[in-house]
Amino acid sequence: MTKAGLIRLALIAVLLGALEVLVRIGRIDALTMQAPHKMLLDLYAMLASGKLNKAIAKTMGNAGFAFVIAVSLGVISGLMIHRMRRVRETLDPLFATYYAIPVFAFYPLLILLLGLGDAPQIFIGVMLGFVAVVVNTLNGLDRVPRVLLKTARVNGMNGLETALKITLPSAAPYILTGAKFAVAYSLIGVIGAEFIMSTGGMGYEISFAYNNFDNATMYPLIIMILVASISINMVISRWEKSLLKRRGLQ
Amino acid sequence: MTQPHIRLSDVEMTFSRPDGVGEDIHALGPIQLDLRHGEFFAVVGPSGCGKSTLLELMIGLTNPTKGTITFEGQPINGSCPDGIGVVFQEDASFAWLTVRDNIAFGLRRMALDRREQDERVEQALAMMGLVEFADVYPSQLSGGMRQRVCIARTLVTQPRLILLDEPFGALDQQTRLLMGDEILSLWRKTGATIFLITHALDEAAMLADRIGVMSSRPGQLIDIVETNWPKDRDSRIVENDAFGAVTARLWRSLRVESMKAIGKKDAQA
Amino acid sequence: MSPSTRRLIVNMGWLTLVILALWQGLYALIGDIALRSPLATLQFTAKFVTTPQFATHLAETSKAFVLALSIAMASGLAIGFVLGLKRFASDIFEPFLIAIYSVPKITLYPILLLVFGLGLSAKVAFGAIHGIVPIALFTLNAVRNVKPVLLKTARVMGLSSTTTIRTVIFPSALPEIFAGLRIGFSLTLIGTLLGEMFASQRGLGFLLMNAIGLHNVDVIVMLTFLLTGFAGIAGIVLLLINRRITAQA
Repeated sequence: MTKAGLIRLALIAVLLGALEVLVRIGRIDALTMQAPHKMLLDLYAMLASGKLNKAIAKTMGNAGFAFVIAVSLGVISGLMIHRMRRVRETLDPLFATYYAIPVFAFYPLLILLLGLGDAPQIFIGVMLGFVAVVVNTLNGLDRVPRVLLKTARVNGMNGLETALKITLPSAAPYILTGAKFAVAYSLIGVIGAEFIMSTGGMGYEISFAYNNFDNATMYPLIIMILVASISINMVISRWEKSLLKRRGLQ
Repeated sequence: MTQPHIRLSDVEMTFSRPDGVGEDIHALGPIQLDLRHGEFFAVVGPSGCGKSTLLELMIGLTNPTKGTITFEGQPINGSCPDGIGVVFQEDASFAWLTVRDNIAFGLRRMALDRREQDERVEQALAMMGLVEFADVYPSQLSGGMRQRVCIARTLVTQPRLILLDEPFGALDQQTRLLMGDEILSLWRKTGATIFLITHALDEAAMLADRIGVMSSRPGQLIDIVETNWPKDRDSRIVENDAFGAVTARLWRSLRVESMKAIGKKDAQA
Repeated sequence: MSPSTRRLIVNMGWLTLVILALWQGLYALIGDIALRSPLATLQFTAKFVTTPQFATHLAETSKAFVLALSIAMASGLAIGFVLGLKRFASDIFEPFLIAIYSVPKITLYPILLLVFGLGLSAKVAFGAIHGIVPIALFTLNAVRNVKPVLLKTARVMGLSSTTTIRTVIFPSALPEIFAGLRIGFSLTLIGTLLGEMFASQRGLGFLLMNAIGLHNVDVIVMLTFLLTGFAGIAGIVLLLINRRITAQA
């Protein structure tokens, strides 16, 4: 571990320790913040009792589904849009402003179109994650060196072969960047939708617990989501780094 | 009379402007050129004279506006014929494949059995001095070594005509000289015809049997210089008295053209 | 007007037409139960924006957004510059920034509510944390990527460190810093609105959430239209400025 990494760990430990002390001596009241050790105990109790397993499975399952759709659809769309210059130029302003659009405002409409089940929530997750993947895929495709495309043509490769063997591998690190965003966005989409209007899932349980001052449920759920998103992100980052390193880019 | 290996007759290239306004750009030609089987031919010219366009025409990436190019008697039309190999100026190694897989990639168009494929890859690795680097990724290699990977990737297909587009442009002078030696020895071993594009007069003078001098845009061949070097030459040819004379003649033909290319209007011979 | 600017505006026009056509088509498909036609929305919007009720909520949202954006810009730029100039500090803190950037911040909102209480400060804080991180990360990278030869030149000329920052580092990093500000703007806006949607009694986000609860389609469609339109126009203006800066740099 690097020196910076050690200092980072130490900092986290100090912050957690300080929080623990401040809560224990009552400087921060227990209705606001739980002591870190208590959060862990609550998390363990929650998982052991299994009462929220259904909510957890629902949210994580929906977010995972949204993620997979966002990434696969995003990469395919990126490949297609990249070839159509007019379409791309028309969509560019949309991409540039997309993340300022309050996508959740479309939720009622989606419920009407897709029914009351999980579909509208997944759809919101896809709506958020998809564009990040498209934008980053396009960015990666723009950076494929022209000489590699010439090589593909000299080798008589057709469009599909070129995509699979040249452009996608070449753009892979950028696609992974898009995938990292898609992890967060699919979770945001699903959980946000559950906050707004839903009868289950972690988002619903968090807001229910918040309204009932049930910090013993709220904090463990929040921690689970944070830990899940950070760890998935780290896995993808590591993959991305190894690709970049292999290419001498980092 | 034997048939030329590749023949360019009346080849011209005109580009329309990207925004569609203004006159078309006459980039190249007309060019007449016959390459003999097994010769080493170099082209020098000022920057922007259409050298790289010429190469793209010869590998079928672009079709000429006028004229025809025939390779071994067959016209080239829209795709690169088997038997032609090309090495570009930029690094064209695939960063996501090992050196061995990069080289094997060149064979993907050929229906060869597994054993033959492996044999050819090993041969190319050995010929380019890459055996000990077979399993590393290109990023771990220097620019010169990466360019060797690209040359090896072309060699596995056993091309009869090898086109080199400033393959040493990004390398330092000493490495260039040594890479030149390797190209010469490759040329002798394979018996292929070599067509080299370069901006370095000394490189052309050292390597080639014949050197074509191109004018500034629209690029035309304004001089063809015969070097009369022995076949088993190497970079030490620079010590030969005739080397200076060849380089000087190239510069004499090229000086005015180069001045035009950098925008000196009052260029005089 | 430069050709690229004109092209962007023409494209924007096309995009608007396509979206309007899709909107009208969707309306034809599902009808009044969950959507209004573009024309009806425009009419309703024209009427609604003159009401005092709208003015109050707009003022509240504007106040929260301006506050959040100021905080996000000030702290984002400060963090970015410090970490960009100090390699070791950025080795320690950059992973934190990236982690915050990558978590679904929506889950943190209940904690902010507990800390700040229901009201202006919670949503300002929520908006600001959305904006700080991208601004800081872009600034950090921009400052770090200033060409070493420029810094050497500054040293050879004997410039002081503040002069170097002002006359060399800032101008050369500006295009990328502005790109960060642009993204920070969008994310702060969406953060503020989300904050208002999920817990607030005032502001356009609250109005939207309220309309969703009451199934008031007129208001839902109007607000979606207004907010999307504002975000879109502001985003394009910022993009144009960004391109101009990049072209000059």
